[in-house]
Amino acid sequence: MARPPSRRPGHNRKAQYGLFASYVVAVTGAVVGLLLVVVAIFDPAGFAAIRTGTAELTRPLSTGLRHMVSGAASIDEVLAAYWRAGTQNVALRRQVEADRNQIIEAKAVARENARLKKLLKLVDEDGSEVLAARLISSSSSSARRFARLNAGSWQGVRAGMPVRAPEGLIGRVHTTTPNTAEVLLLTDSSNIVPVRRANDDIPAISTGLGDGTLEIRALSAGRNPFKPGDLLVTSGIGGIYQPNVPVAVVVRVQGEIAYGVPLANPSRVDAVVVERAFEQVVTRSDANTPMEQETSAAENAAAP
Amino acid sequence: MIDRHLHHATRLGRHPSRFRLGGTPVVTVLLGSMVTALPVIAQSPSMPPFGLLILLAWRLLRPELLRAWIGLPLGLFDDMMSGQPIGSAMCLWTLTLIGIDAVEHRMVWRGYRQDWLIASVAIIFCLAGGAFFARITGGGEIKLILVAPQMLWTILLFPFIVRQCARIDRWRVMA
Repeated sequence: MARPPSRRPGHNRKAQYGLFASYVVAVTGAVVGLLLVVVAIFDPAGFAAIRTGTAELTRPLSTGLRHMVSGAASIDEVLAAYWRAGTQNVALRRQVEADRNQIIEAKAVARENARLKKLLKLVDEDGSEVLAARLISSSSSSARRFARLNAGSWQGVRAGMPVRAPEGLIGRVHTTTPNTAEVLLLTDSSNIVPVRRANDDIPAISTGLGDGTLEIRALSAGRNPFKPGDLLVTSGIGGIYQPNVPVAVVVRVQGEIAYGVPLANPSRVDAVVVERAFEQVVTRSDANTPMEQETSAAENAAAP
Repeated sequence: MIDRHLHHATRLGRHPSRFRLGGTPVVTVLLGSMVTALPVIAQSPSMPPFGLLILLAWRLLRPELLRAWIGLPLGLFDDMMSGQPIGSAMCLWTLTLIGIDAVEHRMVWRGYRQDWLIASVAIIFCLAGGAFFARITGGGEIKLILVAPQMLWTILLFPFIVRQCARIDRWRVMA
């Protein structure tokens, strides 16, 4: 095939000017786009308001599709459950027997715990939970890792709030629109979470790698204390995340860096919970008695 | 129309509407950008940028349809749908279209493989540029290797997208 016909309009002045003008518009626009990116360097959430329209418009679509997908995704689980029904039934019954004793023990421990806390005048039920919602879509073609939440500022979601699932931490709210919110996932390369090892409180910093894994660096000097299988939970430092939320499990150690996999997979979790930022929870002053404030300040100081 | 009964008899002499002629490419690119509304919670940049692919396919299939400035509105819409900083695709897509305009006249011979080559360079440029923009706007340490798999299968997907655009093009020009 020969090359396509020239776009040069020949001697027609009007067409020449039209073509020239189109290039002027294009180059100017490209420069404007570059400037917008430069603005975003200093204020990453600045033009997020532009997204409001598209986010609100695609929300019903994504939500509807999400319902269908979660229905279809569980079909294989149902079939597999039928396949193993007999052996599973026996195993589950044994499990229930074993669990029953532990539940009784746990209840006793919880009661004792409540009694001790009452003695210490600590308030455990802090009402940090804002709401539960679903993740409906994500920035699947971008190098950033955002997920869209099916609830926004009208439902009380604010930027900076931590988002978690029953299995573990999901991330935190980045920007909000009236009915949706963008969640910065744990695996985004700009999401830094202070963590500690669950069994011996060794502090570390978890950073996303963008490919579904996390990079974990110990804060202590010396050789890397982590080994595969270590469980990491949030430490509560920094005031965003509640302490003791499960974060990740270490899968590989290489030199000073440990690599971990998040415990909560955002594509598998059914619903996520938006919580208040940890600092707001411990310093909230809706109970206006000075006594309460004093205890909450004490709790804040005692938090690891 | 002289005889109403002839309305369904033949397609000869009828013309598709102006909107269908001019708007079809734009609408397909917008739909391609909207693929991110699918309920997929990706753990890595895995989804090919369908908006960019369809735009390149139309540009290389029908050079006279889209001017270079069309990259601005389409890129803005893509930025709103994807998680990229606003302005990223606006800038990259327009530069790509200007670049294709500039390169096109220097190539002596054009064919399927040359089109694929142009598209591959454009895809690598746009994805690498997108990763760079995401990195400088607070994305942390985003390495180029992170988007390499996405580049690979976006390039491999291009011939398929061109075929589909050609199919839509046939529908577009036929009344």
